[in-house]
Amino acid sequence: MSASVDPLAAIKELIPQATERASLDHPAINVPAEVVVEALRQLRDRAGYDFLVDLTAIDQGEGVADRFTVVYHLFSTAASAYVRVATDCRGGAAPVAPSVTALWPAADWHEREAFDMFGIRFEGHPDLRRILMWDGYPHHPLRKEFPLAGVETQLPDLEVAAETGTKVLPAPMVGGPFVASSGEMNLTEAEPRAKDESWNERHVKPE
Amino acid sequence: MVTSNNELAYNTKIEGDVIVTRADAVINWIRANSVWPMPMGLACCAIELMATASSRFDIARFGAEVFRFSPRQADCMIVAGTVTYKMAPHLRRIYDQMASPKWVIAMGACASSGGMYRSYATLQGVDRIVPVDVYISGCPPRPEALLDALIKLQAKMGRETSARTLLTA
Repeated sequence: MSASVDPLAAIKELIPQATERASLDHPAINVPAEVVVEALRQLRDRAGYDFLVDLTAIDQGEGVADRFTVVYHLFSTAASAYVRVATDCRGGAAPVAPSVTALWPAADWHEREAFDMFGIRFEGHPDLRRILMWDGYPHHPLRKEFPLAGVETQLPDLEVAAETGTKVLPAPMVGGPFVASSGEMNLTEAEPRAKDESWNERHVKPE
Repeated sequence: MVTSNNELAYNTKIEGDVIVTRADAVINWIRANSVWPMPMGLACCAIELMATASSRFDIARFGAEVFRFSPRQADCMIVAGTVTYKMAPHLRRIYDQMASPKWVIAMGACASSGGMYRSYATLQGVDRIVPVDVYISGCPPRPEALLDALIKLQAKMGRETSARTLLTA
């Protein structure tokens, strides 16, 4: 773990299946899904990357062969160094990835979030339930085909839904997306806003 | 607001220990000056809500200092923060558990309209699941704005036909 050694070369020596991954900051590698758990174990036990900083996922969009990628960010508390490990999920639109909860208990909730948002099933996870959306929500909101405004579904509690007559409705996106405008204009005009709030999904814009 | 009688209108030496008033006036006066809020703190607005309750802004000046964390003892739910669809049914159930008469203040942009969270996860205004009496703008509103909303709610309580509602209930 000396600073003079190129960390990427050291990692590739440790994990022969690893290939270099394009990265603007820290060393990054791609690892096949079959060996990712073993690769992370090697990084943890032999390279000193003892801390799982983050576990997240990427959706490349519909029609891409390896659509979902799971990304692990590891940190070495001894060397103050980061490494990024990415692995493509098997299974296409029903992606599957191995769970790393056995290596880091912290991965538990991260994997639940990736499952909730992307629908990636983590094999070997002790309790793979949704963590942000409610049980029974039929979609995975961070998938590319899912609109930011959302889609119409039932409220989690059917009794309350019947009482209030309310559903989960797409958020009004009139004039949106709600981002600040750029260019030469005064600050009041540049604020994120809907251009026309007199209509929304309840009072539909007259065509 | 209902004002108390003064010497010119009422004198015990002349009229005895009797106060003549309208039932609405006295019921609304009692209700408006001891609002027990239910703090539905869901996001950063709750920090301003706490500030309103503490010594600097002192919501006790308006008789609403008794924050009750049990809906059964509360009169006014202050929805302070972003209401997600996951939270919405629980909020409605807490509202249902409050005893009538009950009021709702939607505090801040998120509770009033979903605020900046135009997304799949956020209820676009708490008025979709509970009836709101007073909306407060701001992100988050200052404590003065919440006090103003409470004063407006007291004024609204003062206009209610409480006696008729009680007798016909």
